[in-house]
Amino acid sequence: MAVETPLKGNIGESIKRKEDDRFIRGRGNYLDDIVLPGMLHMAIHRSPFAHARIKSINTDAAQAVPGVVAVVTGALLAQHKLAWMPTLSGDTQAVLATDKVRFQGQEVACVIATDPYVARDAAMLVEVDYEVLPAVVTPQQALQPDAPLIRDEKEGQTSNHIYHWEAGDKAKTDEAFAKADRVVKLDTFYPRCHPSPLETCGIVADVNSATGHATLYMTSQAPHAHRTLFAIVAGLPEQNIRIISPDIGGGFGNKVPIYPGYVVATAASLLIGKPVKWVEDRSENLISTGFARDFHMSGEMALRNDGRILGLRVKLLSDNGAFYADAQPTKFKAGLFHIVTGSYDVAAAHVEADGAYTNKAPGGVAYRCSFRVTEASYLIERLVESAALEMNLDPADIRLKNFIQPEQFPYMSATGFEYDSGNYPKAMQLALDKLGYKELRKEQAEKRKKGELMGIGVASFTEVVGAGPGKHYDIAGLRMFDSAELRVHPTGKAILKLGVKSQGQGHETTFAQIVTEELGIPAADIEVQEGDTDNTPYGLGTYASRSTPVGGAATAMVSRKLRDKAKKIAAHLLEASEADIEFDHGKFFVRGSPSKSKTIQDVAFAAYTNLPDGMEAGLEGVTYYDPPNMTYPFGTYLVVVDIDRGTGQVKVRRMVAVDDCGVRINPMVVEGQLHGGLTEGFGIAFMQLITFDEEGNCLGSNFTDYLLPTSWETPKFEMGETVTPSPHHPIGAKGVGESATVGSPAAFVNAVIDAVGHLGIRNIDMPVTSDKVWAALSEKGAAE
Amino acid sequence: MLPAPFEYHAPHTTEETLELLDQLGDEGKVLAGGQSLIPLLKLRFASPAHLVDINKITDLDFLEERDGTLRIGPLFRHKSAERSSLLASRYHVMADAAPQIADPIIRNRGTIAGSVVHADPSGDWGTVLLALDADLVLRSKSGSRTVKARDFFSGPFSTTIEPTEILSEIRIPAAKPQSGGAYLKLERKVGDFATVAVAVHLQMDDGKVRSAGIGLTAVGPQNLKAERAEAALKGARLDDATIKEAAALAAEAAEPKEDHRGSVEYKRNVVRVFTERGLKRAYERARGGG
Ligand SMILES: Cc1cc2nc3c(=O)[nH]c(=O)nc-3n(C[C@H](O)[C@H](O)[C@H](O)COP(=O)(O)OP(=O)(O)OC[C@H]3O[C@@H](n4cnc5c(N)ncnc54)[C@H](O)[C@@H]3O)c2cc1C
Repeated sequence: MAVETPLKGNIGESIKRKEDDRFIRGRGNYLDDIVLPGMLHMAIHRSPFAHARIKSINTDAAQAVPGVVAVVTGALLAQHKLAWMPTLSGDTQAVLATDKVRFQGQEVACVIATDPYVARDAAMLVEVDYEVLPAVVTPQQALQPDAPLIRDEKEGQTSNHIYHWEAGDKAKTDEAFAKADRVVKLDTFYPRCHPSPLETCGIVADVNSATGHATLYMTSQAPHAHRTLFAIVAGLPEQNIRIISPDIGGGFGNKVPIYPGYVVATAASLLIGKPVKWVEDRSENLISTGFARDFHMSGEMALRNDGRILGLRVKLLSDNGAFYADAQPTKFKAGLFHIVTGSYDVAAAHVEADGAYTNKAPGGVAYRCSFRVTEASYLIERLVESAALEMNLDPADIRLKNFIQPEQFPYMSATGFEYDSGNYPKAMQLALDKLGYKELRKEQAEKRKKGELMGIGVASFTEVVGAGPGKHYDIAGLRMFDSAELRVHPTGKAILKLGVKSQGQGHETTFAQIVTEELGIPAADIEVQEGDTDNTPYGLGTYASRSTPVGGAATAMVSRKLRDKAKKIAAHLLEASEADIEFDHGKFFVRGSPSKSKTIQDVAFAAYTNLPDGMEAGLEGVTYYDPPNMTYPFGTYLVVVDIDRGTGQVKVRRMVAVDDCGVRINPMVVEGQLHGGLTEGFGIAFMQLITFDEEGNCLGSNFTDYLLPTSWETPKFEMGETVTPSPHHPIGAKGVGESATVGSPAAFVNAVIDAVGHLGIRNIDMPVTSDKVWAALSEKGAAE
Repeated sequence: MLPAPFEYHAPHTTEETLELLDQLGDEGKVLAGGQSLIPLLKLRFASPAHLVDINKITDLDFLEERDGTLRIGPLFRHKSAERSSLLASRYHVMADAAPQIADPIIRNRGTIAGSVVHADPSGDWGTVLLALDADLVLRSKSGSRTVKARDFFSGPFSTTIEPTEILSEIRIPAAKPQSGGAYLKLERKVGDFATVAVAVHLQMDDGKVRSAGIGLTAVGPQNLKAERAEAALKGARLDDATIKEAAALAAEAAEPKEDHRGSVEYKRNVVRVFTERGLKRAYERARGGG
């Protein structure tokens, strides 16, 4: 049943989300809802150790459990050349361990059984004889000369070092530092966190042993790319693989990689001849699938005495886990981390990055983030805060002084990004006004006299999203274009098929609205389909805020293609020349006589019933869109906190978020995305940590230890917007799914530092937990 | 959730339950709200062969004040404690604690008795009962016995209850005029167990403390009773110096361990700060304020 709405769904209208009806009523169709006849269930036996040599594996006891159909080990996979698979960063990853286990929770054996309980019972009976090896849990430790070699199976690999990568101009940066009045430094760590979608990852693999056709229902953010990778990894003919990504309960980057469970379930279905389902539980998701961040960063900023930034020097050490499996465009080793100059006009910058293997889960996914822009944004915003503190400048003023100015766009940054558009001072001023910044600074001064701790945090982020120009951005060689296919039926109703894949972002509504705007068909009459590779045009998928910049642009372009044809048909119906036909929101009319008109529905009907001579029937089309540039959303976030000196607890009193994502298609959907992102940013800043002990045991393996914020403790968000359209996007929109996670952590941390900076405290690494705040206060003699 | 196999029983009377438990011995486990037991089954940290679900027994969900005693039944749930006007008006430490337990969904099912028997050193109700000097009635097929809350806990997740016994009633001395209490809990988010929590109960008598109860959560192998701090308050006037001294003694009584929630020093300090604040709040309430 469609939601009744008086609005048609043009751009700028907050119509209700078309997909919510089925989700709210519990009628969605998620991976775990899929049940096929004869379906078997798979459970994984995982390594209890972070680093150990496998001496032997005994599966007899597991095999003997009634209901067990097969036990798969790495040795068996090796016979089919499937024990290892390629990663998205050009490395290899074990599907099932054969020689060593390299992180706690690594996949060692899989049990296939007639029901999930039996599979789990039997998985616990797999016996593995391990020789435990010393674990490497930090990249600093990994790069010591005597560190145990984690990837000893890799030819030519003699250390745990993975890559060295540089961006920017070193000589020019050195010059800027030589001229500087002041240099401000900050070492900070962006801790390992996890996207933790509420739905964990899973697959139902259904390989027909007679035809060789593989239907893979998979929690995939990128079904088309996954099909191609499956074809390459498993050696299956691509036309025989159909990936169906059903409703997805959140992805946040976690569902971009291909996981061992997918591969084993598919191989098992092929060998056994029955469908095989695998769904991980919460702990499996947290300990083994794509994590995020884990960047050790050190920044130096060269400044003039008046606060003008002259140069930026950044060193990065990334912890990539046991396999270099970061999900990122192939030309970049640390994603887009080199966007680290942020919102500021910095003449010279140089970034040096190194990656290291550790005995931790691999992944390095862009958790609600466009390829490491989150870490970059955090570092620059924290550095600017340090500069303001050390130079006794107001954190808002120093930003206003250094912003790229509106007239400088398009702006070429020192590390090679061409920012498309922006008006940073305007967004900041709006945020300051909304907050009542000056008044709060007065209150803070009063409070400080009484010994009370209050802080105001400022962060002005700039994102880079919408990969990408295919020339520069590809995943495993696949250029990062995206696609839209639009079919308008004779009755004027339409189906829009996309290469991207929603995981909760509201595509069924937002992309319908683009068609509504361009063709005048009400959004309620447009069905949006995604996720089935047999039924949608090829695309690279949804992550890194690329759906609206790329898939949305494709939607606008295909709509325009159809509109051009519709115009010809309208001219035929109105017996006028095409040149005299005008179009306005679903109506074609002859210039000068608007009363003589045909609706898009009339035209659609004619496309199948009454065509001009020589014209092909139908009103359908497909567009593959390769964006000319990325889009650069931005905004200013302000946070007010109060700190309890007795417990170190930080209470977020207020948060103002002003975002500019260009043209807003459905403002309510945009706001929903921002609320979600701000909440996650709050969680990352204050409570989230996947940490490890010295033996490499993961200490964040469930939701009692890895905390997700709820509506109870999350602050109320006061939202604001400015609109600076993207000049190159067909409807002026920029991506917005991730702005808030990218921009907000620094605002929260800056607020805490603003409250305690006068005591000489310069940094508290995330998560900023109450015990860390209290310890910092205590060290300065300022705790209760 | 994929637990190990178990057999499920759902008796309709307490007698039937006790009979079953007697037969099953070590193999049986009572299922009340399930909010601690089910997670253990899920993680396969526990795999009892038999579960005895007591939720079908109709007369176990009660809270009543009778003969100078507040009596709590085995199926009295956290949410009922949270909504009780009796507790809100006179048993402040309980009324404070209830809404700070877990989250609303867990409070809808979890029981006070289940929490006490589970004996998680980070659980809140045991601490509250220590401050209130409660008695626990343990019943088996062969009879019943009463133990003091302070004699009940014997270590992390362990108590003196026998597998054949149920906790059939919690008894608390009825609150008198001039009494007040408070429960202060430091948690990392709503729904989290305590990093540190402090329960305070005061019985005042003409400006002097007649008796004081102080319980500590998550700072030892079990819920702790800060007996030296309680003794220091007895008979004293609650001036700042007395409060500070008692708070320091409570902090000394704590035996915290360092973990990802904080250092030993930090947790001890929070005990001190919360004891101070808790005593002040309880005192206010005893005088009819707050
Ligand atoms: C996410 C989460 C957060 C939580 N947060 C908190 C918190 O902040 N503070 C807190 O205190 N608790 C918290 N809890 C635990 C919660 O309070 C449980 O409800 C409580 O500990 C157990 O009560 P129950 O009725 O659910 O018992 P069950 O889980 O049914 O049983 C627990 C144990 O007690 C035994 N048992 C139960 N009733 C009896 C009886 N009458 N006689 C004999 N044995 C019995 C069972 O056999 C079992 O061993 C949390 C739980 C979860 C899952």
